[in-house]
Amino acid sequence: MAHVPWLTLLIFLPLAGAALIMLLPPSRGRAIRGLATGVAAAELVLSLPLWWLLVPGQTGWQFEERHPWLPLLGASYHLGADGISVMLVLLTTVLSVLAVVGSYTAVEKRAREFYASLLALETGMIGTFLAIDLLLFYVFWEAMLVPMYLLIGVWGGPRRVYAAIKFFLYTMAGSVLMLVAILSLYYMNRNLTGTATFDLDAFYRLPIGPAQQSLLFLAFAVAFAIKVPMFPFHTWLPDAHVEAPTAGSVILAAILLKMGTFGFIRYAIPLFPVASAHWAPWIVTLSIVGIIYGALVAMVQPDLKKLVAYSSVSHLGFCMLGMYAMNAQGLAGSMMQMINHGISTGALFMLVGVVYERRHTRMIADFGGLWKPLPVYGAVFLVVMLSSIGLPGTNGFIGEFLVLLGVFRAAPLWAVLAATGVILSAVYMLWMFQRVMFGPVTHAENQKLSDLTLRERLVFAPIILLIFWIGFAPQPFLSRMQPALDHTLELANQRKERSLRMPEARAPGTAAPVADRAPGAVR
Amino acid sequence: MNFPLLWIIPALPLAAVGLNLLIGDRLGKRGTAWLACGAVGLAFAFAVRAVLRLAGLPEADRTIVENAYTWMRVGDFSASVAFLLDPLSAVMCLVVTGVGFLIHVYSVGYMAHDPSFRRFFLYLNLFMFAMLTLVLADNFLLMFVGWEGVGLCSYLLIGFWYERPSAAEAGKKAFVMNRIGDFGFILGMLLLFAWAGSLQYDRLFAIAPHVFVKGAAAITIATLLLFLGATGKSAQIPLYTWLPDAMEGPTPVSALIHAATMVTAGVYMVARCHPLFLLAPASLETVAVVGAATALFAATIGLAQNDIKRVLAYSTVSQLGYMFMACGVGAFTAGIFHLMTHAFFKALLFLGAGSVIHALSDEQDLRRMGGLAGKLPWTHGTMLVATLAIAGIPPLAGFFSKDEILSRAFASGHSGVWLVGLVGAALTAFYMFRLYILAFRGPSRLSHEAEHHLHESPPSMIIPLVVLAALSAVGGLVGQPMQEGGHLFERWMRPVFEGAGGEAAAPLSPRTEWTLIALSVAAAALGIYGAYRTYLVEPGLAARLRERLRAFHQAVLHKYWIDELYDALVVAPVYHLSQRLWRFWDERIVDGMVNGVAYTFEGVSALLRLFQTGFVGTYALFFTLGVLVILIELGRR
Repeated sequence: MAHVPWLTLLIFLPLAGAALIMLLPPSRGRAIRGLATGVAAAELVLSLPLWWLLVPGQTGWQFEERHPWLPLLGASYHLGADGISVMLVLLTTVLSVLAVVGSYTAVEKRAREFYASLLALETGMIGTFLAIDLLLFYVFWEAMLVPMYLLIGVWGGPRRVYAAIKFFLYTMAGSVLMLVAILSLYYMNRNLTGTATFDLDAFYRLPIGPAQQSLLFLAFAVAFAIKVPMFPFHTWLPDAHVEAPTAGSVILAAILLKMGTFGFIRYAIPLFPVASAHWAPWIVTLSIVGIIYGALVAMVQPDLKKLVAYSSVSHLGFCMLGMYAMNAQGLAGSMMQMINHGISTGALFMLVGVVYERRHTRMIADFGGLWKPLPVYGAVFLVVMLSSIGLPGTNGFIGEFLVLLGVFRAAPLWAVLAATGVILSAVYMLWMFQRVMFGPVTHAENQKLSDLTLRERLVFAPIILLIFWIGFAPQPFLSRMQPALDHTLELANQRKERSLRMPEARAPGTAAPVADRAPGAVR
Repeated sequence: MNFPLLWIIPALPLAAVGLNLLIGDRLGKRGTAWLACGAVGLAFAFAVRAVLRLAGLPEADRTIVENAYTWMRVGDFSASVAFLLDPLSAVMCLVVTGVGFLIHVYSVGYMAHDPSFRRFFLYLNLFMFAMLTLVLADNFLLMFVGWEGVGLCSYLLIGFWYERPSAAEAGKKAFVMNRIGDFGFILGMLLLFAWAGSLQYDRLFAIAPHVFVKGAAAITIATLLLFLGATGKSAQIPLYTWLPDAMEGPTPVSALIHAATMVTAGVYMVARCHPLFLLAPASLETVAVVGAATALFAATIGLAQNDIKRVLAYSTVSQLGYMFMACGVGAFTAGIFHLMTHAFFKALLFLGAGSVIHALSDEQDLRRMGGLAGKLPWTHGTMLVATLAIAGIPPLAGFFSKDEILSRAFASGHSGVWLVGLVGAALTAFYMFRLYILAFRGPSRLSHEAEHHLHESPPSMIIPLVVLAALSAVGGLVGQPMQEGGHLFERWMRPVFEGAGGEAAAPLSPRTEWTLIALSVAAAALGIYGAYRTYLVEPGLAARLRERLRAFHQAVLHKYWIDELYDALVVAPVYHLSQRLWRFWDERIVDGMVNGVAYTFEGVSALLRLFQTGFVGTYALFFTLGVLVILIELGRR
């Protein structure tokens, strides 16, 4: 198996599929959908063996591939996976299939370009998770933007152009900072070792003094925080979600947001552990604010998609908080929460899409009493909602509890504040559910809505399966990602100690100004 | 281990849920009923089998642990799906499956005409699964699965008739109130794990005395947090307001979930972790005081309610208060004893009320009942037994358990708690007989319509009533007071509560004990006599009393305006804050800034666009100017 360029196939199969689709004449809707589904399904099948082939305990990259790419710059085509990225890749391939199948009837205009964009986006996402050369990572990171921009800007709602540009600019602003930071890492490494490389492993070995760490960390952190999105960088999210087509929202929420949290785990924390620790109070505070703020604002949203969007802000706050507990439970919880949020929030957006397709509205006030005409839809919605609010027995609980456990050990007060999210999530979700599903049918149009079709049921079946699987038996997931998380934690701690031992750390006046000035600047 | 002993008990109702989902539409009502009742009946049989095996063990090692699988393990944290049977969970398990089975059977008749028959039994079976997981779990985390699981089923079943907005609202309220409690439960678990490194009962209780100094802040906070969870689930002050509203659910649900089983989970939890509470005397004191306060407070509200189910709901809140009172004074056995007898007579009261409601074509208002004794003989007879039992008339079940709580409270030196309990007992007798008289005695106040349809319920409903009446009558005999070496129930529970503080309190002299018994019986008699005078003998008295005690009557009629208070203090402010955050902070400030940046760029580029004229001449001009500037700059060096 070692000779199969597995990761390359995984990355570029969807792109090849996209190219194939573009060769079809635009009028052949069925063929386009069929091909898109086939490609996404083939990609899923291709990715599944990773689940078994991954050796969790093994340190270092697995399925590694390395070829020179831009020898002049020292950039290489370097791919590798570990428990963290494998989980996220699997999440991507599963949800991509569901997003494709879920879009059959939703997308009518320019279906060919739509599916091609969706598949191209998959290439970008998987590449971002698997690249371990920073320039390559950056290319994939930026490459994701274009198809997502198109998905929102072409197939979106009435304010799609505003939302698409807002999404693009927000993310670009962060990315540019990150690019500058990547380049400085490159030069630092070249000055120190004399080799020109963008290789992550090389940067993992690069000693960086505390003072330099601070700025570099901030550059990365802002790029990732926008993507997460952390409060107060979140306002692009509700607009992007509201305007995006269902599949766009699903992928955006389920995968794209994870790029931010993944970026922290893979890059920002292990590369700059001293600065990360220095800025931790800020990140923790913003995460807790995000948990509570997102939940409160979600509560008063009249639009279903906005409600789910703000709930994402709250859930991702849990991810960030668990990560910054910097212990085994917190990190595992954070990672679980990433997967769970992908599953349940992705499903929530699909559920909103189901009624939107039938009624062309997403306003909660336009619904009410839907359980009666749509009992199967109601039951699915119920299970997904329970997963989203973290009911024990569903996946959501595992992530939330582990996060709280880790956070409590780091600082009990954080856990107390974050746990209020447990109450608030029940409030906004149940209230929404009550207004949408319960009560008498208040609008005559809703009386004759048709329940989930077979295709839709097939989309939700794997989601429900995953919800209970992770809820009752999370160990297969946990044991696959834990060694990688432990390794990351260990790496961060080693690098932190080494940096602090560097002579520069003790020189007064070098480390202090950057670190001290910055909080004031933010304030 | 040959055949699974414990996990099969919760697994049976879960399997029924699965089957119902898969093939329920082909089973029809009969098949569904058989499936649902059969699973729970079988679970009861397995519970009996397991308890018999437990009883066969020598007293000192009466615990059976069954490990199913490792649920999660992260770093030094691990939690298993494992089940524990000891005398305490044995009692719970028998009560849950036994009373649960009777209520399932009753529901077949009660829900016969409901179009959502199948969905009802689906939820009911799911509830049994969650409740059995709760009581059989051998660690806090698995208990929490059951704990929130029963909360979910409660939510679904309260809102069962979801088309009624009030039902949907009540379901949500119950869930949210419970979540507030669960916030405490979760934090309590976190604190315990952070300090003691385990959430498994045995290990945790063994370690606890070594890591927590008795009375230390950490253990006090941890137990108070757990108790916050209990106040949510068991409807105690300050989180009780959801339970009366929960009466929106079908009556069998009120009997099963909101009287006999789920709401007692808080009491079970406190009893289960008594080793922790005993390390925190301040927490125990809090439990006693909250229990006593709730017992009295809810009893007063029960005096003036006109909805038959709401009277019973407040009565349940009040009786749960007695159970906490018992735990708080260290008399855990008495608390669980009352939990058991209460399950019998309160389930019976609800089912009886359901039978009345059924007979009267969904009439629930006591003011439009009366004189039903002759028309509904079975319902009347069994209800009378239950009413006497809850009032505390010997030798019925409620007498023994309530008397034990009161005498334990007195013996442990909590005379204030005892007095509150005694007054509460008189009020209980009063409001229960008020209910009984208004429903069954006196002249009929039925509408013509209701009178016409009046009928006794079918056997599937009557038989459970009779069985429960028998249990309410004799169920207390396992706990006769003043016996050498403790009574039967106490001896059964001894391995669990051995050495628990209150149990060891100095025994009362027979003289004191008799005095206490006489007093509590007198209180009950007084209450009954009061109700008899007020509602049967002197028809105008009730109105005169209402007039005389106008302020008090208004207060209890409006439930002391607590719901309104919570609305004004919590719900409305949070809602307005959220609106403000969204509209002002998110849309004005943050987006204002973002858009501001965009507009700035747009303005700048509009300005820059002026230079992009497209005329070669202009560009040549700029070019020349630029070259000039550079040359000048270079020249100055």
